Amino acid sequence: MPEPKHPIPEHFVAPFDETPVAAVDAVKIDEKKSNLWLDAWRDMRRRPMFWISALIILVVLLVSLFPTLFTQVDPRAADLEFTKAGPSDGHPLGFNNQGQDIYARIIYGTSTSVSVGLVVILMTFVIGTIMGALAGYFGGFVDTVISRVGDIFFSIPYILAAVIVMTVFSEHRNVFVISLAIGGFSWPVAARILRSEILQVKNADFVMASEALGLSRMKTLARHVLPNSLAPLIVATTLSLAAAIVAESVLSFLGVGLPAKDFISWGNDISAAQRDLRTAPMTLIYPSLALTITVLGFVMLGEVVRDALDPKARAQR
Amino acid sequence: MLRYLLFRILQVIPVLLGTTFLIYFLVFAMPGDPILAMFGDKTPDPAIVERLREQYNLDKPFFVQYLLYLKGVMVGDFGMSFSGQAVSDILARTFPVTIRLAAMAIVLELVLALAIGLVSGLRKGKLFDNVNLIIGLVFLSIPIFVIAFIAQYFLGIKLGWFRTTVGSGAPFEDMILPAIVLGFSLYATSMRLTRASVIDTLNQDFVRTAYAKGLSRSRVIPVHVLRNSMIPTITNSAANFGVLMVGATVTEGIFNVPGVGNALFHAILRGDNSLVVSFVTFMVLVYLGVNLVVDLLYAVLDPRIRYA
Amino acid sequence: MNGTTQQNEENTVQTDSAVQPLLSVRDLRVAFGKKKEPNEVLHGVGFDVYPGETVAIVGESGSGKSTTMHAVINLLPGTGRITGGSVLWKGREIANLPRREMEQLRGRDIGLVPQDPMSNLNPVWSIGFQVEEAIRANGVASGRKEVKQRAVEVLEQAGLQNAAQRMKQYPHQFSGGMKQRALIGIGLAANPELLIADEPTSALDVTVQRVVLDHLEKLTSESGTAVVFITHDLGLAAERAEKLIVMYKGNIVESGPSREILQHPQHPYTKRLVSAAPSLASRRIGDDPSVPTAPTSTFDLAALAEETKPKVGKGEPMIEVSDLGKIYKLRKGNFGSEDFHAVSGATFTVNRGETMALVGESGSGKSTIAKMVLQLEKPSSGSIRIAGEETAGLSGRKLFDLRRTLQPVFQDPYGSLDPLHNIGNTIMEPLKIHNVGDAASRKARVLELLDQVALPRELATRYPNELSGGQRQRVAVARGLALKPDILVLDEAVSALDVLVQAQVLDLLAELQRDLGLTYLFITHDLAVVRLIADRVCVMQQGRIVEQATTDEVFENPQQEYTRNLLAAIPGGSIELGVS
Repeated sequence: MPEPKHPIPEHFVAPFDETPVAAVDAVKIDEKKSNLWLDAWRDMRRRPMFWISALIILVVLLVSLFPTLFTQVDPRAADLEFTKAGPSDGHPLGFNNQGQDIYARIIYGTSTSVSVGLVVILMTFVIGTIMGALAGYFGGFVDTVISRVGDIFFSIPYILAAVIVMTVFSEHRNVFVISLAIGGFSWPVAARILRSEILQVKNADFVMASEALGLSRMKTLARHVLPNSLAPLIVATTLSLAAAIVAESVLSFLGVGLPAKDFISWGNDISAAQRDLRTAPMTLIYPSLALTITVLGFVMLGEVVRDALDPKARAQR
Repeated sequence: MLRYLLFRILQVIPVLLGTTFLIYFLVFAMPGDPILAMFGDKTPDPAIVERLREQYNLDKPFFVQYLLYLKGVMVGDFGMSFSGQAVSDILARTFPVTIRLAAMAIVLELVLALAIGLVSGLRKGKLFDNVNLIIGLVFLSIPIFVIAFIAQYFLGIKLGWFRTTVGSGAPFEDMILPAIVLGFSLYATSMRLTRASVIDTLNQDFVRTAYAKGLSRSRVIPVHVLRNSMIPTITNSAANFGVLMVGATVTEGIFNVPGVGNALFHAILRGDNSLVVSFVTFMVLVYLGVNLVVDLLYAVLDPRIRYA
Repeated sequence: MNGTTQQNEENTVQTDSAVQPLLSVRDLRVAFGKKKEPNEVLHGVGFDVYPGETVAIVGESGSGKSTTMHAVINLLPGTGRITGGSVLWKGREIANLPRREMEQLRGRDIGLVPQDPMSNLNPVWSIGFQVEEAIRANGVASGRKEVKQRAVEVLEQAGLQNAAQRMKQYPHQFSGGMKQRALIGIGLAANPELLIADEPTSALDVTVQRVVLDHLEKLTSESGTAVVFITHDLGLAAERAEKLIVMYKGNIVESGPSREILQHPQHPYTKRLVSAAPSLASRRIGDDPSVPTAPTSTFDLAALAEETKPKVGKGEPMIEVSDLGKIYKLRKGNFGSEDFHAVSGATFTVNRGETMALVGESGSGKSTIAKMVLQLEKPSSGSIRIAGEETAGLSGRKLFDLRRTLQPVFQDPYGSLDPLHNIGNTIMEPLKIHNVGDAASRKARVLELLDQVALPRELATRYPNELSGGQRQRVAVARGLALKPDILVLDEAVSALDVLVQAQVLDLLAELQRDLGLTYLFITHDLAVVRLIADRVCVMQQGRIVEQATTDEVFENPQQEYTRNLLAAIPGGSIELGVS
């Protein structure tokens, strides 16, 4: 060994009482139970954004279910005497260019948007989950077929596709059809998200362990793989609710949404108010505001849910 | 890399066939007379009806119809509008305008999104970031036509900074406002994506190693952090073409920009469904082309794909 | 920093007043978390590093060994910050140095070789680019040609072949060993006076480890660079460092000359580590039969190995593998595919009550054999008989029943349990699937199993994320035992665990084997662990079994060169130990 150019180190031992040695790998049981969903809920509860969005959504739901609680005015009653008139007693937001009460139309328009949104996400979630799960878990030919089919639907921007569908079905424009038009072309995104997550989860050891026990593939998928893959899809679904509401309003704006004579829709109102932008901008701004706030509520919820379920964010807590 | 490219190109073909088929199917396979249905509740000019029947080969079996239609598309013949104009002429006139608008919008939103997303990610949790996130959420929630009207009203009418509609020939200054509006609709998602990638990259080991090498912050951030984080944003921006086209349709309609979107907008309003179908088909083709380019871009930006 | 200092009678402490320490850490405190509720992780750490000295900081995860050195160069992750104490570099305080000056210090004066070669190189820039920027930033050379030249030199010195061509390649095109060499080159590029090597070889195969470390030693001793090794491997520390610092939960519990500490550990924790470290214990077993002191017999692996093991050959054959082969098709180039022989011609037998170890480096095929035995993959050729019954072609009911006799325990504790099922349900799952008993008896069995693996019964209603890695592995073992199998296939089951926890689990496994008459097929890359628990060994290399014998024979009289290389590569294998 070469000459030590430096002092030979002393043998230092820390005092035992200052450095007590614990039992190896002792089990510490916290009073609070903890798993993914519990932790996520606790996390969401703490954030002000969660409560704000919850409030907005609650109000929106109430308004859509019980419009009469919020206004007694008939939204369809048109009195041309009041065209573009400003606010007055009992009509806080004034009148649109047909003489209809804007506030009442906003209230009644809520349920249209919400119903479309809910039907769309129900469709996207169910179809997307089934397709994504089959493609991701079974792979091979099934995956190729489903992915190609998904690509085909995915390549047509869903609003444009909805335009075509609504045009073709112009006789039958109702909530169901419009939801079909929007949802029928948005499921590929959901399927892709789920498939991508499943591809990762299915390689985990606990999945192999279940297979080694003889659990059938379908049951493994249902019991172990799928529940652990749903988190990103749930986040995406919350956001797609907002997107569906926007889509309905865009379609109405373009004139291929729900027919104005049968349905009250914010998109229709905004479209109708276009030409009065210079003279009576508020007829356009009020329904726009209602739309924006509703969408904001769901977008904020999506944000909070995503942070709560995101593994990286959780790891830093 | 070669394999990757060929594979991607091969993948596009069935999708191409599938989408054109789907569009065609939606319109023409429905029960009833599709030509009359196209006119909705308007009364058609019999001469045009005849020409359209001929054009769409309705006397022939469905599959043959579709193949003939496809053949037409391949040679650039997209059929005719109800007013008798050749769709390809309309496209030739309007497509360049839309490209200009789209390019302006993308450049605008990318630059802004990358810059603000980067700063936000670097200052995660601090005031700038929190405020920025909230603003981002609000922007995300405002539908594009609302943005368009607000911009038109406040910046065009009230403040008079911009013209509210675009003049003929689409001069550059007139296009600024619609480009801003279109860019805005894309900005929020790009910014959030950049921010998330930046935060992700900052946690990567190689960033710490870069500092450990003795590199200064002013080198590590652009060369290592930004360079890696911008990959998802750029590729996403291009793949966002679908959103862009819808946005363009609305924006061009509202600001009267003489592009493809505007033509589509008015075609929808008019109920000129033949035109609508042709335009949508065209847009889908462009979308598929853009996606292919994006995949190429991915290979350029990420050596792991280039030299797999 | 007061404590008992023990001086070795033979040497007097030589103080050469001319030699000052390069690095002097005094009472260093580091905390993480919010400013209002800081969580202190280092509680006053102090040590010196002299020029040219090689020091090793040893500890398990959570000991603070990495945190200490990261604090020194101010690269603590997240919310980490120095909350007290001082760090002196050549007499100058650097603990809260302004950013610019710290940037100067890093690379030039203090270099770092980080831990995981996979994640420490930026994937979008070429290797050459990343070496060159280190050279430029530290003022080693300037001007394109000179920088490039120096970069090639640096890589060649680090042991990278064909450096000039390799420089243009990207990290994903390099093997693990090559990446690590590049990182070593980068760390030494500016000839720093101190090099921090953070677990520099833990991600590499054992034979590569030795070569890389030898090379590093040569470089640093030639240039007189001081080195601080951060490692969990006591053997490696003892072999490569003159001075040893043992850390536990943010404190230094013992430090001094490495040989001395290993031969006369004083602190209870050090004693535990020393008695539990497989590579050292494995050497010790043959040498000294007397039982070294240890707090409890749980950590007394030497004693464990001493116990009368069942004689080889006891019991009837449980696993008979004969000429087993597995071929995978790999994509080659742009359009072709070629056959990859993951396993070829494997033949061995495991008898009841025995532990057979399959040892090999990565790519040796050992895990593939495990999967085939578990019927998770179909063999391409050859046969497997379990308890005398041929398994090829078994399907449906018979395969299902067969699964009750052999159960797996896998490597990754964080992936081995479904995070959404509580512990009780996870352990109960085998019983449900195979329809054993009714609800009440199943619950009882779960509690019984928890007892068997020494886990408290309350855990049955808890979830995996509340448990540590070792505890999760014990749950995995409990689940594996639920159906009272005859055979357990343990695929790197303890490789991801800290040394003491590993010892605990191995002890548990040995106990269970005795009590329940289990047969183990134990797959591992760690020869040292093999010595402790296996009766017979198959050494595998590139899909073939190159040597097969009893444990004693393999260790005392290895026949094949590959086996000899593997043995020679065990860190600390060459250290002779006494007993205190």
